[in-house]
Amino acid sequence: MLELIVISTLNGVLFGMLLFLLSSGLTVIFSMMGVLNFAHASFYMLGAFFGFQLTKWLGFWPALVLAPLLVGAIGMAVERYGLRNTHKHGHVAELLLTFGLAFAIEEIVSMIWGKSPLDYRVPALLDFPAFTIFSTNYPAYKIFMLAVSVIIFVALLIVLKRTRVGLIVQAALTHPHMVGHLGHNVGRVFMAVFGVGSALAALAGVIAGPALVTQSDMAASLGPILFVVIVFGGLGSLPGAFIASLVIGLVQTFAVALDGSLASAFGPLDPSAGPSVLTDIWNVTIAQVAPIVPYMLLVLILIVRPMGLMGTRES
Amino acid sequence: MTSATTSTSKATVKPAGGSVRFYGVWLIGIAALIVLPMIFSSGGSLTSFSLIGIAIVFALSYNILLGQTGLLSFGHAVHYGLGGFAACHMMNAVVSHGWPIPLPFIPLFGGLGGLVFAMIIGWVMTKRAGTVFAMISLGIGELVASSSLILRSVFGGESGITTDRTALPKLLGWSFGPQLQVYYLIAFWLVLSAIAMYALTRTPLGRICNAVRDNPERVQFIGYDPHVVRYIAFCFAGFFAGIAGGLAAINFEIANSAYLGAIQSGLVLFSTFIGGTAFFFGPILGAILVTYLQLGLTNLTTAWQLYFGIIFIGIVMYAPGGIAGLLMMHRPLIRAGTLWTVIPSYLVAIVPTIALACGVILTIETVARFSGGDAINLFGIAFNPTSPVTWIVAAILVVGGAFVARVTWRRIAEAWDRAATVARDRGYLA
Repeated sequence: MLELIVISTLNGVLFGMLLFLLSSGLTVIFSMMGVLNFAHASFYMLGAFFGFQLTKWLGFWPALVLAPLLVGAIGMAVERYGLRNTHKHGHVAELLLTFGLAFAIEEIVSMIWGKSPLDYRVPALLDFPAFTIFSTNYPAYKIFMLAVSVIIFVALLIVLKRTRVGLIVQAALTHPHMVGHLGHNVGRVFMAVFGVGSALAALAGVIAGPALVTQSDMAASLGPILFVVIVFGGLGSLPGAFIASLVIGLVQTFAVALDGSLASAFGPLDPSAGPSVLTDIWNVTIAQVAPIVPYMLLVLILIVRPMGLMGTRES
Repeated sequence: MTSATTSTSKATVKPAGGSVRFYGVWLIGIAALIVLPMIFSSGGSLTSFSLIGIAIVFALSYNILLGQTGLLSFGHAVHYGLGGFAACHMMNAVVSHGWPIPLPFIPLFGGLGGLVFAMIIGWVMTKRAGTVFAMISLGIGELVASSSLILRSVFGGESGITTDRTALPKLLGWSFGPQLQVYYLIAFWLVLSAIAMYALTRTPLGRICNAVRDNPERVQFIGYDPHVVRYIAFCFAGFFAGIAGGLAAINFEIANSAYLGAIQSGLVLFSTFIGGTAFFFGPILGAILVTYLQLGLTNLTTAWQLYFGIIFIGIVMYAPGGIAGLLMMHRPLIRAGTLWTVIPSYLVAIVPTIALACGVILTIETVARFSGGDAINLFGIAFNPTSPVTWIVAAILVVGGAFVARVTWRRIAEAWDRAATVARDRGYLA
């Protein structure tokens, strides 16, 4: 029992930090430009696939640096040539552009690399058990993932709060027009933020690829959870995104690990009652329900507190 | 099928209702629906027409949300799917209990299925509009789609619920076994739903929905609650989507979790947006086009979803009014008689645009078939996907086509400006 709790906590925090890497970029992009980037999960997927391909050609460590840079460049191009042109048609058009882009990227990836999972391996340097807890070997690669996520989080915090660039970005988050009046090139700021957000997503993809499955439906399975994290934490709030990512990461990891159901707690229903909705709900295990737990949290937060946990900005 | 256009001095104001032209368009549409299977009577055509009919009802219901009330929903297939399941369960119940309900009434129960769910979930969902509503709809759509695999008694698990449409009591001797009879049933419900949805746009409720789309704060000032208005629009959209789902359940005699999924929601969003959200006939065009693309492209190429995505991105970036918007843009020019001055520039621009399109298709197909596939057949010329000749041709077509296309499209814009100025001088808004 204790082993389950400790291991699940470790995995949950890991998954939560991964979600935070992804949702931090999404939240900052949304706060600044009012655009909900549907293609963010697609950039995560591109990062994983570029990481895989570059690892095959150059090795894992060059890939760790190059893949996010490549995807960041793609992100900047998307902002410059796509979003800027549709900005005049309104937020719905921008959202639909990123939606179409997500669709197209998924198709291109499955066209080039196929639809089956890729053999993206943990680099040999990190392929050893870091420590042994309760007779389970915890792999060093996961500690590496955790370390990278924490480093990026701290770096993001320092850049945003302590540097001049971060000051301009923070100002552009709430008052883009005024920042423009003060003489800064707001368009370039937007492009840079979009690029950095995409690069962060790609970095999450590069390091998560070997641990989670690298497949062409990665984006489609992780995308909706990302939006749940954003809404749960509150649109436009970076600390909210952090808390929400950890909560959802922990909840989902614990839910998958638990095998309880109402049947196991209170005993089976009368077998002669026949199949019905009640028997379905009675017999379903928490592990089976785990994938939809984030969505139930979404509905809950929308009923109880529509602004999100720490929301600052309405749509 | 649009509202009355206001224009200055010379053109007179024509009310949309009550004129021969208005009813004429509807009568021609109904006549076309009746006559179509007599012209194209093969089994494949009948199936296509039935699918298009269902898609039109679905897309029109989606436009109640998107075009009329400004609510972008990524989970509209939920109402469609629940309508399909409700219809299947009703059909099975009618057969097992022996109720005297013939098949033509079943889509109504599909509609009720969609309506009930919309009424339950709609109040919470419509509290916010815009981006937040889109995300909520995405979450709820995923929630229901995943729940359908858990609640096996209602949704039948992976295999879904099957039914037999011929087992219901006959109406006028029709058993609805042959596809022709199913087509006429779909056509009947299509006309009924289209008339109802068009009538909705002409009511004060429809107009207030437009107002909520454009300026919700002002609507509050004049005394209406945007939340209530959005909720009612949501319920109507759910009802008609349920009717479409019921028709689909009748057509396929099965309802499964694919009806509820994100792919179905994405498809209806594509159809409605590509067709055009600002005009009533836009989703009709979009549904016809997307269904034909779906039926035709899947046979020709494995990368058909990529083409969908590219077309969608192209429409969003360059023609956000959709095909209907593009067509209606020409209306003032036609009335002023100046369209013929723009047509030569259109003809000149066709060549480089088609070259560009061919280049893009060649590139995509080359990448798709690179690791083994048959030759690409473009206009009868066979291109080998692995030979460098194909890549060079594709590169020339894309780059050269793009350059020349930009020049020719600029000329179209100049010709258009001239024609529009003349039209404005003659009193037609352009």
